Amino acid sequence: MSSALLNGLFVFMLAGFIGFEIIKRVSPLLHTPLMSLTNALDAIAVLGAIVLVGEHKSNLSFVLGVVAVIAATSNVVGGFLITDRMLKMFKTSRPTKP
Amino acid sequence: MTDLAGNQLLLEIVYLIASALFILSLKFMSSPRTARHGIWAGELGMLLAIGGTLLHHGIVDYKWIVIALVIGSGIGVPLGFVHMTAVPQRTALSHAFGALCVTLVGTAEFYLRTPNVPPFMMSVLSMEVILGSLTFTGSLMAAGKLQELLPQRPITYKGQNFVNLFFLAIAVGLAVYLVLHPGARMVFPVMVIIPLIFGVLMIIPIGGADMPTVISLLNSYAGLSAAAMGFVLDSKLLIIAGALDGSSGFILSVIMSKAMNRSFTNVLFGAFGQVQPAAAAGQEEKTVRSATAEEAAGILAAANRVVIVPGYGMAVAQAQHKVRELYDALTKRGVDVRFAIHPVAGRMPGHMNVLLAEADIPYDKLIEMDDINGDFPQTDVALIIGANDVTNPAARTDQSSPIFGMPILDVDKARTVMVIKRGMSPGFAGIDNPLYYLDRTLMLFGDAKAFVNSLVHELAGNSH
Repeated sequence: MSSALLNGLFVFMLAGFIGFEIIKRVSPLLHTPLMSLTNALDAIAVLGAIVLVGEHKSNLSFVLGVVAVIAATSNVVGGFLITDRMLKMFKTSRPTKP
Repeated sequence: MTDLAGNQLLLEIVYLIASALFILSLKFMSSPRTARHGIWAGELGMLLAIGGTLLHHGIVDYKWIVIALVIGSGIGVPLGFVHMTAVPQRTALSHAFGALCVTLVGTAEFYLRTPNVPPFMMSVLSMEVILGSLTFTGSLMAAGKLQELLPQRPITYKGQNFVNLFFLAIAVGLAVYLVLHPGARMVFPVMVIIPLIFGVLMIIPIGGADMPTVISLLNSYAGLSAAAMGFVLDSKLLIIAGALDGSSGFILSVIMSKAMNRSFTNVLFGAFGQVQPAAAAGQEEKTVRSATAEEAAGILAAANRVVIVPGYGMAVAQAQHKVRELYDALTKRGVDVRFAIHPVAGRMPGHMNVLLAEADIPYDKLIEMDDINGDFPQTDVALIIGANDVTNPAARTDQSSPIFGMPILDVDKARTVMVIKRGMSPGFAGIDNPLYYLDRTLMLFGDAKAFVNSLVHELAGNSH
């Protein structure tokens, strides 16, 4: 096993624990926006696809890469947009309501 | 550690900052007050990471990257503006897109690297494409069921679990073969196709009421497959993002299963939600009391404390804005109105909160199950709109009930219970609800939106 993979395992372990601790504290009110936000962040996979397209090492990797960039970008854009729309709706009760 | 060239070092630092921003982004989600900062942090991290990657030394072809980014944004924008009631299927669809990206990149990487793939690398690569492809078709199926393109009722047949496990076992077997023989170019596509089939079969037996758990589980798989991709590409940023998404999906699935008193295996292999013909058949006539909108409005107007229990039926009838009018009308009369939110009400975690927030109901009136259950004995009226199983007292008392042990909202302890319902048909889980036959229960038969509307009219009429 190379040291890069081992480093990766350490990072995964730490990020997993951080994820658990942070997500546990997310208000249940916001579980739907939480899911769309993590979905948008997860679309960071677009980076791998961008490199595939940009390097154009083979025709197969290029074509698969283009489709992958499209799929992931739609998640980035759509995910952030809808999360923002949802969060904007959450308002607390104020004494003066029209 | 070998020294990195200047450019490469800069890129790694950009990724480091992006990782920190992603973690901060989720941390801001702990409260509705700071949550929108979370989006900004996430967007900034994403922009930095994509911008940095575009400066990657190996990139020779920018044209198609730009074209793909533009097409992707063109698909993403309408997906960002769907109706709030369509959020569950949109979420399932985005899990499918994320998984598609991961599967395609994994496939491309395999064919670029074969036959020189070390065993551990081949293991994570296999995990990436197996999880990715089963999440892809599984999420598409879930989205189809939620959009009602596919039947919502679970479809089961004899030996179903055996068939499903058989497919999964073949996929794992092929992965092991590829780890031993990483040059087997023809085996790889089979290892992608089998989980694609498994993804479809996995969702076929799952009913609408189990969707919150299943969406969360698919969310977790999508995250784990992205983390596996991070190992393949040696990208710590991707490992972190995948681990955060994976743990988020996992925590939500645990919360959802606990709220249904069921295990993952039970959700995935239990095929809940079938109508039990035996239980439905030999039933004696039981009487229910029904009331008109006028009578119900009178009782509501005289109440001090009202708790509204929304469920999936409210979402289907698009009644949330009418519910808001009812909330206003009662609040104006000095009635204390709150909403009781069961974790699995609706079709995805937090579904009811989003719909009620959309209707401008303040979030401090949306109370979680554990916080409101103690208040039902002091509640004058519990008004149930489109919820069924989450209010079924059989979960507490009837050991033979399929939902026995499931935590429920104790609405039967309120002084008066009102249930808005189309008819006496059982809920999605197909279980009869003894709540409807209690002396203190009034059935308000009708469409949720129309009935709430008549309640609002009656209340307005009484005040003048």
